[in-house]
Amino acid sequence: MEEIKQAMALYKKVLVAGCGTCVTVCWAGGEKEVGILASQLRLARSAEGSEIVTLEAIVERQCEKEMVAELKDKVTEVEAVLSLACGSGVQVMAELFEDKPVFPAVNTTFIGMPEKEGLWVEMCGACGDCFLDRTGGICPIVRCAKGLLNGPCGGTRKGGKCEIDPDKDCAWVLVYRRLEKQGRLDLMRQYYTPKNFRAVKRPGRVQATKA
Amino acid sequence: MNGRIIAFCCEHSAYPAADLAGKLGLHYPETLRIIRVPCAGRVDVIHMLRALEKGASAVLVLGCEDGACHHITGNIRARERVKHCDMLLREIGIDGRPVVMFNLSPNAPHKFVKAANEITKIIKESREAR
Amino acid sequence: MATPFREVLKTKGFVVTTEVGPDKGSNVSKAIEHIGLLKDKVDGLNVTDNQSSVMRYPSLGTCLLIKEHGGEPVLQVTCRDRNRLAIQADLLFAYSRGISNVLCLTGDSIDVGDHKEAKQVFDLDSVQLIHLVHTLNSGKDMAGNELSGGIDFCIGTSASPSSDPLEPQLIKVEKKLKAGVSFIQTQAVYELDELKRFAEFVRTVDEEVKILAGIVPVIGVKMAAYMNENVPGIFIPQRLVDELAEAPKGTGVSKGIEISARMIRQLKEERVCDGVHIMFIGREERVPEILEVAGLL
Repeated sequence: MEEIKQAMALYKKVLVAGCGTCVTVCWAGGEKEVGILASQLRLARSAEGSEIVTLEAIVERQCEKEMVAELKDKVTEVEAVLSLACGSGVQVMAELFEDKPVFPAVNTTFIGMPEKEGLWVEMCGACGDCFLDRTGGICPIVRCAKGLLNGPCGGTRKGGKCEIDPDKDCAWVLVYRRLEKQGRLDLMRQYYTPKNFRAVKRPGRVQATKA
Repeated sequence: MNGRIIAFCCEHSAYPAADLAGKLGLHYPETLRIIRVPCAGRVDVIHMLRALEKGASAVLVLGCEDGACHHITGNIRARERVKHCDMLLREIGIDGRPVVMFNLSPNAPHKFVKAANEITKIIKESREAR
Repeated sequence: MATPFREVLKTKGFVVTTEVGPDKGSNVSKAIEHIGLLKDKVDGLNVTDNQSSVMRYPSLGTCLLIKEHGGEPVLQVTCRDRNRLAIQADLLFAYSRGISNVLCLTGDSIDVGDHKEAKQVFDLDSVQLIHLVHTLNSGKDMAGNELSGGIDFCIGTSASPSSDPLEPQLIKVEKKLKAGVSFIQTQAVYELDELKRFAEFVRTVDEEVKILAGIVPVIGVKMAAYMNENVPGIFIPQRLVDELAEAPKGTGVSKGIEISARMIRQLKEERVCDGVHIMFIGREERVPEILEVAGLL
């Protein structure tokens, strides 16, 4: 909560966006949790003598672009988005509304696999120690071939492609472009200490507290 | 803050108790506002938070005595939610605006008054402590 | 006894280092031969750490050989194969045996090597690795425990001045400089202007750090094409490819040496950088020739 409070400190109007699927089921980011988190933010802010306006929304599935796109009007109205979806949802939101800072409100710990034909791309490694607030909503832990935290390796190919696959974008070049667009490159210049790779003890097990 | 105490009163216990207190001419703090609910178990965390957001100094959730809930476990759920709400408030560093649960029976007007006085005392004490 | 590399960096006008690439196998006679040939002609001998993710005789072992034969080793450490425990332990071992220079690298991806099914580590990245060496230098391990016996490494790192786009790369370089390094070895460069721009940027962040330009002789049109296609961070300009194409058959190696030596001379005369790091993979025995043609012997 403290992390979220701090992340929101800069903003006066935000969208708190939940997801109607997995995180609703596990009591982490559904309609109820969105309402409570938004209320907590407003209360905390008024206790500090200021104000924050919160819009609230639930996307049926925040990992699907078409569904997230419906939030366009609401997103246009706000300065930042606080997403209670899993890491995939946060990233879809960040990608669709590239000029808006999108913040993760949950530390995604593990993800179930929907068994359905088609193609899925891994966006979130469910590390339990979310890094998306520092990278403009692009996860370098899984999208960089080496999972680097402090910028690209020396192997970036011409045009910002990955060392191991000329068809794949260098995640850090994507992060650079996103943050540059938002005028937040200072985030990339910061030094990030070694990651806690044991934030989740495997196999994962989470006891939810239901509101 | 408007200094009000929002009391969610179960219609099977606290609401009749409050009614009785009025009929008997018992005094309780004038800052108390009663909201009638079908069961304490109907009161959700978001209702308690919204009451505080709108300026209440404290929230009371008043339900039936243990074992006497008309909806079997409504009062037990309410107690858990009050506890959860208290945790949420601590998380954001809000203290001195208590959210408290009391249990009482419909024929206990004095207990209703006691609950109202008690939460007023808690508010006063925490204000003085600061 | 060789002069400690740290001293060389402080006092020498133009620093020259090169590489000894370990073999696959326990026969170290070739490495020893190269060490003997090169140790007195250069200021430091780098040893690669499972270069290109291909398993070989270890960097640490080869550094010990260099030390035993009176050379000045630079231990390359990548983050690919070892977690934070293993890296710290290896650094303690290295220092206890007189190896006091370390080059902190990210490391190539497992995918480019010869053990493609291996689990890659990357517990740390190169910036974190630099911080880690400083932590050890201060007498503590990463968990904050006291170390018995001091450690004092001279720290270097690498950079790719030819990256495209360059800006994200420069942000990384800035972080490395701020973490604290004494020298930077660049990826192979073929354009003087590119290096000039890079050096200028480095100087705005850190005036003290020594910049060693990476020199990799290109010995033929085919190699140029291969490197442009496959070696990340390297871009060989067309005019050099044309020059190589015009060289008579069988003179590719000499031509490559000539081009490299010319580059080195220019770098030195125009004071673009503080030295060079020559990588002549598989042809270590011809490195002295480059030095000679460049007028460095």
